[in-house]
Amino acid sequence: MSMLAEAPLKNAVPTDQELIDFVVREARLIDQQRFDEWLDMYADDAFYWMPLEWNQTDPRLTCSLMYEDKLLLSIRVERLKGARTFSQKPKSRCHHVLQTPQVDSRDAAANSYVTWTAMHYVETRLEEQTLYAAWATHHLSVEDGKLRIKLKRVDLINCDAAFGNIQLFM
Amino acid sequence: MTRYAGNAAALRALVREQEVHRDVYVSEEVFQLEMEHMFPNSWVYVGHDSQVPNAGDYFGTTIGTQPVLLVRHTDGKVHVLHNRCPHKGTRITSETCGNTGKFFRCPYHAWSFKTDGSLLAIPLKKGYENTGFEQSHAAPGMAPVRHVRNYRGFVFAKINGGGLDFEEFFGESLSSFDNMIDRSPAGQLKVAGGVLRYMHNCNWKMLVENQTDTCHPMVAHESSAGTVVEVWKKAPPGTKKPMAVEIIAPFMSPYEFFENMGIRIWDNGHGHTGVHHSIHSDYSAVPGYFEKMTAAYGEERAKAILGENRHNTVYFPNIMIKGPIQLLRHFKPIAANKTLVESWTFQLVDAPDMLLERTLMYNRLINAPTSIVGHDDLEMYERAQEGLHSNGNEWVNLQRLYSPDEAEQTNVAVNGTSEWPMRHQFRAWSKFMTMGM
Ligand code: FES
Ligand SMILES: [Fe+2]
Repeated sequence: MSMLAEAPLKNAVPTDQELIDFVVREARLIDQQRFDEWLDMYADDAFYWMPLEWNQTDPRLTCSLMYEDKLLLSIRVERLKGARTFSQKPKSRCHHVLQTPQVDSRDAAANSYVTWTAMHYVETRLEEQTLYAAWATHHLSVEDGKLRIKLKRVDLINCDAAFGNIQLFM
Repeated sequence: MTRYAGNAAALRALVREQEVHRDVYVSEEVFQLEMEHMFPNSWVYVGHDSQVPNAGDYFGTTIGTQPVLLVRHTDGKVHVLHNRCPHKGTRITSETCGNTGKFFRCPYHAWSFKTDGSLLAIPLKKGYENTGFEQSHAAPGMAPVRHVRNYRGFVFAKINGGGLDFEEFFGESLSSFDNMIDRSPAGQLKVAGGVLRYMHNCNWKMLVENQTDTCHPMVAHESSAGTVVEVWKKAPPGTKKPMAVEIIAPFMSPYEFFENMGIRIWDNGHGHTGVHHSIHSDYSAVPGYFEKMTAAYGEERAKAILGENRHNTVYFPNIMIKGPIQLLRHFKPIAANKTLVESWTFQLVDAPDMLLERTLMYNRLINAPTSIVGHDDLEMYERAQEGLHSNGNEWVNLQRLYSPDEAEQTNVAVNGTSEWPMRHQFRAWSKFMTMGM
């Protein structure tokens, strides 16, 4: 389990390996359905964004699949625990396969780090198993000596396709 | 095995006063007959003319399961064409929408057509000389859908001749379109923000019925809206209510709220919930908007327009609009047990951006395949689609607040939890399904 505990940063400025470990840990927490710990990885003013449009630049006046602040994310997590959440009886499960995250930019002065991760994500419920291919872009910063997500953007390769229910987090 | 083809009596027997037979949802044969009769006999929504603003612009969609094209001709008129090459049937366009220039060119053998569908040219034309080509089915070009009506930007088409004309079919229900459009200070809407596409493994009519089903939100949506209400209770006092909470929380309103909000019934299966108030009534004011409306319409009229809080207006057969937030859902049938739901959003021309922002947020939170509210509904439709295969009971009950004289009444406002609209939709279904049979 040691790999999974949130390790404090060794220095004020995170190394590439620390950024990579953080992104990998995030996916693993989702797969293990440890959603409360997962939420703690997000800054209070964070957004989780899944564009609906290829190369979408505007989350406000263009529709997205998801564009959620921490309040909405915490509502989702609470809902997943609910006794009358019928679409989660039985529960969905998911599985991430990540390529090694790449550190696209690091700006210690601005406290801003961006990683880019190609991934396959599988969600299952009952007899159904659905595969999604996506790129995850993490905008990270250091708060109180710990890395936090400011923005996670998930670009599905088929973002404009017609989907059935996507119930968990990519 | 065919039981229903050419058998109007058998089809009519599927719809009783207070219940419908499960075959209307599960039978592939009934579905095929809907595509052959019910949809072609009805005025079906095609698209909005802001999707094709310039000559040569086209948009591909379906009437029932038939592929059609909405296209702006060189003279500025909007046409609806069957999206099929008269040569060998090839679908003409490859993208859903785009601009074709002055003509369509079939990608198979390069026959070309003007943007009103008429045949422009065939390569090696000589090969058709003395073959009687002029008398062939192919000679006129791409077949137009003959009956097309553009109502203030919203384009409808009817494939069959005969039946009801546009005004007769929609009657007073057009007032919901009027109200949605009048909410623009310029009296104009524009498709904006992108379309959400959501695949449902259930019959299309389950979605249409659900638009006036006011007894399910507080039950099925306890998981989503109920959680919003619970989480919001824990916010420190004085916190400004976020737009998302304004949008989702009213789904948890009690039965009394929905009873009092009322449902209006119009002819031919149309109707709307939210006669007196609705889940859209208590949204915060958008700065600068009322001033613009007053400048455009005068204060009294502006108040009357914005005072309408129609919740869901169902237009038979397969769309629903939400005037107060400018949203249109199109329930596209694919098979008896498969439906594509497209959710379109509109911008009020000359109104503040914040209105579009709210519309998009609503669409994303309620109608997206990634939305939590949408998950609640789809779960129920799919369970129904499976459960209906039980032989324990072949009938679906639609009896709530039934009154024996209701079939003769129109344009009445009734208790908001009545299943009258659903009974009414099935009366229309029966009528257009068997019309001319
Ligand atoms: S099929 Fe269209 S030109 Fe031959
Ligand atoms: Fe619902």
